[in-house]
Amino acid sequence: MHSVVLIKQVPDTTEVRMDPKTGTLIRTGVPSIVNPYDVHALEEALALRDKYGGRVTVVTMGPPQAKEALRKCISFGADEAILLTDRAFAGSDTLSTSYILTQAVKKISEQHPVDLVLAGKQAIDGDTAQVGPGVATRLGFEQLTYVVKVEGVDLEKKEITVHRLLEEGREVIKTKLPALLTVVKEANSIRYGSLPHVMRAVRYDPPGWNQAFIGGDLTKMGLKGSPTNVKRIFPPPTRAPGEIIPGGKEDPAAAAALLVDKLTARGAVGGKGAAQ
Amino acid sequence: MSGNERFDCIVVGAGPAGTAAALTLARAGVKVVLFERGEFPGAKNVMGGVLYSKTLNKLVPGFWKEAPLERPVIEQNLWMLSSDSVAKVGYRSPRFVPGHAAEGGVPDEGPANAFTVLRAKFDRWFAQKAVDAGALLITETAVEDLLWENGKVVGVQTGRDDGKVYADAVIVTAGLHALNSLIPKMADGRLGIKPEHVALAVKQIIALPKEKIEDRFNLPAGMGATIELVGASTSGLTGISFIYTNADSISIGAGAMLSDYVKSGKHPYDVIEDFKAHPAIKPLIAGGEVKEYLGHLIPEGGYNAVPKLYGDGFMVAGDSAMLVNSVHREGSNLAMESGRLAAETFIKAKERKDYSARSFAAYRDALDKSFVLKDLRKYRGIQHYLDSHPQIFLSYPEMVSEAAFRFLNVDEAPKAEHEKMMVQAVTNRRSMMGLLSDLWAGWRATR
Ligand SMILES: Cc1cc2nc3c(=O)[nH]c(=O)nc-3n(C[C@H](O)[C@H](O)[C@H](O)COP(=O)(O)OP(=O)(O)OC[C@H]3O[C@@H](n4cnc5c(N)ncnc54)[C@H](O)[C@@H]3O)c2cc1C
Repeated sequence: MHSVVLIKQVPDTTEVRMDPKTGTLIRTGVPSIVNPYDVHALEEALALRDKYGGRVTVVTMGPPQAKEALRKCISFGADEAILLTDRAFAGSDTLSTSYILTQAVKKISEQHPVDLVLAGKQAIDGDTAQVGPGVATRLGFEQLTYVVKVEGVDLEKKEITVHRLLEEGREVIKTKLPALLTVVKEANSIRYGSLPHVMRAVRYDPPGWNQAFIGGDLTKMGLKGSPTNVKRIFPPPTRAPGEIIPGGKEDPAAAAALLVDKLTARGAVGGKGAAQ
Repeated sequence: MSGNERFDCIVVGAGPAGTAAALTLARAGVKVVLFERGEFPGAKNVMGGVLYSKTLNKLVPGFWKEAPLERPVIEQNLWMLSSDSVAKVGYRSPRFVPGHAAEGGVPDEGPANAFTVLRAKFDRWFAQKAVDAGALLITETAVEDLLWENGKVVGVQTGRDDGKVYADAVIVTAGLHALNSLIPKMADGRLGIKPEHVALAVKQIIALPKEKIEDRFNLPAGMGATIELVGASTSGLTGISFIYTNADSISIGAGAMLSDYVKSGKHPYDVIEDFKAHPAIKPLIAGGEVKEYLGHLIPEGGYNAVPKLYGDGFMVAGDSAMLVNSVHREGSNLAMESGRLAAETFIKAKERKDYSARSFAAYRDALDKSFVLKDLRKYRGIQHYLDSHPQIFLSYPEMVSEAAFRFLNVDEAPKAEHEKMMVQAVTNRRSMMGLLSDLWAGWRATR
């Protein structure tokens, strides 16, 4: 069983502040971390390897500093971690990023056929949740988003059963491999890497793959391949605080009556069929 | 599994002592691993802090041109606080900051005698020097125990799975905390932390714009000042407080003996808040935002509390060995020097392939000859002296304040009267004989 995990290095948003004038994130001096959802995707891949054997390959596209994020993944126990880095990749939006990552997964498959691709639910710096599904579509893999649990893999039949976390509940679903999963935080808790893995990570130099190596159509990469145009970035409007009906302690009956009046006026309770 | 790679030497803790040791070892081609429990070196380190150049410059010549330093210290002050007043003495000299006095940029000449630093930045930079020299730095990994075989330390047990690592020797530089965890097992009874041997220091970093700092402390651009305070700065506990200027923040803190905290039931948070509210201190920090709040223990046992410094397969350096000179608030330089000397001892032992206590005894000799133990020996009586003369910290500052007020207050009383009142202000609180005996004992304690 060979899993490929797609990860992204992001600024640690717990330490990021917003520039009130431009609405953009102030990134200078902010430490970088592995996108938190991606770490859960990695953990899921490692747990599958623990159970079914095989290997785990991690991939990221980014500048040379992203090697630090890849080393972190090695310290948890990934077998290999690849950096996609090239001038031609710079300025990629989600469309172009998913194209480049797809090329990379195909390249990885040439050596070790890929059974499963995992990614985080979304990246905390962009929140688009588009890259995982984009890669699945291009690869022609089944895609399962919001995975909260992998029930099991049938290696003979090449099938995987997962639980998806949906707003109305959980969905248990089985699909054919190869597949792509995007993983939510609730899926697992992250392991504390063993000492041999940590020691390997410190000395690990991630192989760097460039455009020439992974091939593909140059016009679909980087700025050229990125139709997205960011017009404006702004924080969501702050929500008005809810109304508090006072006097609940002293005169609960009056407060309750007032509440019912207000709700009825909004049509939230009562109405046509309600008993008077 | 015990299949982990073997090392020549393991260093536990990447503070000034551990990094100095690992750097020295790596440069000599020793295969060394440096374990640090923090997310990165410095992540958990608390220091005032004033960093003295001489010791560091031996390890990284020209360090001041590249290290993350805050300000070269041009002025040092001692303030005595009474409940509402302050008496000040200070010394400013361009001789402390050769080259820096010519404004702007980093001088080739130097270094300044001391710099203020923020340890989270400094330790990280320093540890990178050891890594560049070839040391393997493993962070987020705590050493939980030493591994023993036949009465000899042969490696460490880390907190990770498959976490044993073996080496010819271990240098323990894990700070004071190791005295309670790692060291009791390697030593001879008189160990473990005693409340009368440690101070509890709390510190805040308060952000302020550069210009405000330079205005309030009357500093030339880019230069720094230190203030040590005694008296009402520690809410009646035996201790010392400090204020140091960083590039765009102020380190402010108060340290008092743990035993005093225990006796008084006071809370460290209240002590530092009271200190900050003192009328002489408040204007210095007004408008600043508290960025960090940190607490830490400082070994203050002095010479008499220094534990066993070596044994079969191990050496101990820095705070782990209680090597702190509390009289001169020096610790990081003693840590670096002791770490370096332990490493040099190891390098010689490696030539002989002898890692026994007999071989490592040379470390103690080297420390004895260095400023580290020479200085601690000089002040060996100070702890006892301060314990038995609490008036030095408590009533003397009030006395000085009272005397100064009576001398300087203009009220048309004849000056001869003033002088008499001044003497009275002192002798009301302590008899002439008492004063003389305090001075005599103090002089003796530092001989
Ligand atoms: C508030 C305050 C102000 C001070 N001011 C000054 C000053 O102005 N000037 C000065 O020179 N000195 C000052 N000192 C003293 C100085 O900070 C210390 O003497 C110095 O840091 C000692 O260095 P060290 O390397 O021995 O220990 P530390 O700096 O304590 O470093 C020990 C390292 O070991 C790590 N560690 C601990 N346990 C383990 C473990 N089990 N496994 C792995 N790693 C571990 C820690 O995370 C840490 O990084 C001050 C101290 C305090 C608390």
